[in-house]
Amino acid sequence: MRKSSAMVPYLIWMALFIVIPLLLVVYYAFTVTTPEGTTWSFENFTRFFEPIYLRVLWRSLALALISTLICLLLGYPVAMIMAGNAFSRKNVIMLLFVVPMWMNFLLRTYAWLAILERNGFLNVLLSSLSLPRLNILYTNAAVILGMVYNFLPFMVLPIYSVLSKIDKGVVEAAGDLGANSVKVFTRVIFPLSLPGVVSGITMVFMPALTTFVISRLLGGGQFTLIGNLIEQQFLVVGDWGFGSAISMVMIILILLSMAIMSFFEDEDKEATLW
Amino acid sequence: MILSLVLSGCKQDKPTLHVYNWGDYIDESILEEFEKEMGIKVVYDTFATNEDMYVKIKSGGSSYDIIFPSDYMLTRMREEDMLEKIDLDKIPNHKYLESRFMGTEFDPNNEYSLPYMWGTMGILYNTTMVDDKVDSWDILWDPKYAKEILMLDSQRDSIGAALLKLGYSLNTLDPQELTEAGNLLKQQKPLVLAYVVDEGKDKMVAGEAALALTWSGEAAYAREENEDLAYAIPKEGTNIWFDVMAIPKGAKNKDGALKFMDFLHRPDISLRNAEYTGYATPNSAAKVMLPEEVRNDLGSYPEEEDLVNAEVFVNLGRTLKEYDRIWTEVKAH
Repeated sequence: MRKSSAMVPYLIWMALFIVIPLLLVVYYAFTVTTPEGTTWSFENFTRFFEPIYLRVLWRSLALALISTLICLLLGYPVAMIMAGNAFSRKNVIMLLFVVPMWMNFLLRTYAWLAILERNGFLNVLLSSLSLPRLNILYTNAAVILGMVYNFLPFMVLPIYSVLSKIDKGVVEAAGDLGANSVKVFTRVIFPLSLPGVVSGITMVFMPALTTFVISRLLGGGQFTLIGNLIEQQFLVVGDWGFGSAISMVMIILILLSMAIMSFFEDEDKEATLW
Repeated sequence: MILSLVLSGCKQDKPTLHVYNWGDYIDESILEEFEKEMGIKVVYDTFATNEDMYVKIKSGGSSYDIIFPSDYMLTRMREEDMLEKIDLDKIPNHKYLESRFMGTEFDPNNEYSLPYMWGTMGILYNTTMVDDKVDSWDILWDPKYAKEILMLDSQRDSIGAALLKLGYSLNTLDPQELTEAGNLLKQQKPLVLAYVVDEGKDKMVAGEAALALTWSGEAAYAREENEDLAYAIPKEGTNIWFDVMAIPKGAKNKDGALKFMDFLHRPDISLRNAEYTGYATPNSAAKVMLPEEVRNDLGSYPEEEDLVNAEVFVNLGRTLKEYDRIWTEVKAH
């Protein structure tokens, strides 16, 4: 009884700020407003499945997947080092990952502009070492760099939290039973860390798929991503119907990817960030 | 108790004026002066784009007394019945406004607005990197400057430049002309370093690019920071734009808003604002007091004959979707 009354504020909150806005998105997505009035229609969705918009979707998916993969490849070893016994300064690494997150996301991305530009910090450094200059600002590479830089902590932290909870006895037992370190990793540590990997992937993939600031600033606006497209519909064109339809497609895509992810997770319901 | 009485009494005596303006678009000491002279407390908020401002006013709940939309946004808000009429008799200083800036297409009888600042769209270029004469939009399509060109990440402006290059109106509703402009922009894309917004002027100041499509006010700022930069208005035509002052429907202090408009067009105040922001004032009395090199600078204050081909952006209604599609095609190309 007491429990359910304690839920009331949260239910009101969720209804006001989650359910109602979502219903509005659905409403706008399925209606078209013309001077004659508002009618129900699938027009917004059929428009989205035209080649130009599919190309935007494809590019967003590709960039998000690549960034997620790079985050995983970079983040997993870091998480292992932090969770390992050998390393005594894990708090320092943790701090190094967390401190930049205290700064504003936009500011950090602007900083990369100054680092990567033609006469920027990176090129000044490279040419002072008589190395060839690097012009990667306003390319896909810069966008991926920005995503990896901004989202890497979201990969490292959940993996670390799962890895640090693995019972050391299990690892030792595997060793005692004759598994070499590779085998211990592939057969014991990695499978046990899957829940962390899954939540890390989800937490990187989702923001990477929908970002519009990174692609605008570091990509020089040359690569419209799905986030830019949505932003444009609401702020520039004022076509809320089409913007809502794209948002709905994104929500469905994200739900699908979470369903696929939770399929992997089912075997083992260890603590994750979710 | 007494304190609260005093406070509420104070509130009653001193009316407030809620002002909603672009960021960094006023000499803020002017606000204090207005408070002192008129006994009206000013609450000052800023926005970054017309669209942000529109959404905030449209959704209601905000109580601004005076807003500063651009020309096309004024049209849109007027059409949607979001504005109060203004009474020019209560703004005697409007007599200082140049007659060519009164009664413009977006508000033919100045029933709803008075211009605050105005400017053009043109090409900002670095004289150490560009040796050709810059007087045409063609230069933004010159392969010689591949990867040295900055365009605006703004549909109307970038498509507008392509339309002007083709000799069309930048308010065209003709799908054929728009397709041609779209193709021209796709063709230009390999030459473009980036499509920028605010960061464009910093890139030009830092010498990161040779040419940029820019608004005159941004250009004035950049030229102050880097003297190698120059600004040109292409001969094919340009966009002439206005940021105006208007009163949203439901404003609580209409009278204060009119007083504020009048105050901003007092010549000495208008002068200070023009000097502070670097934008061009439509106030003739303020203009003559500007330093000669500013007043005679054709980039900031072009003559009337330089602007014969200049057009104001018109609100396009549903055709805006066509612009959006073309822009998305260019960007996804």
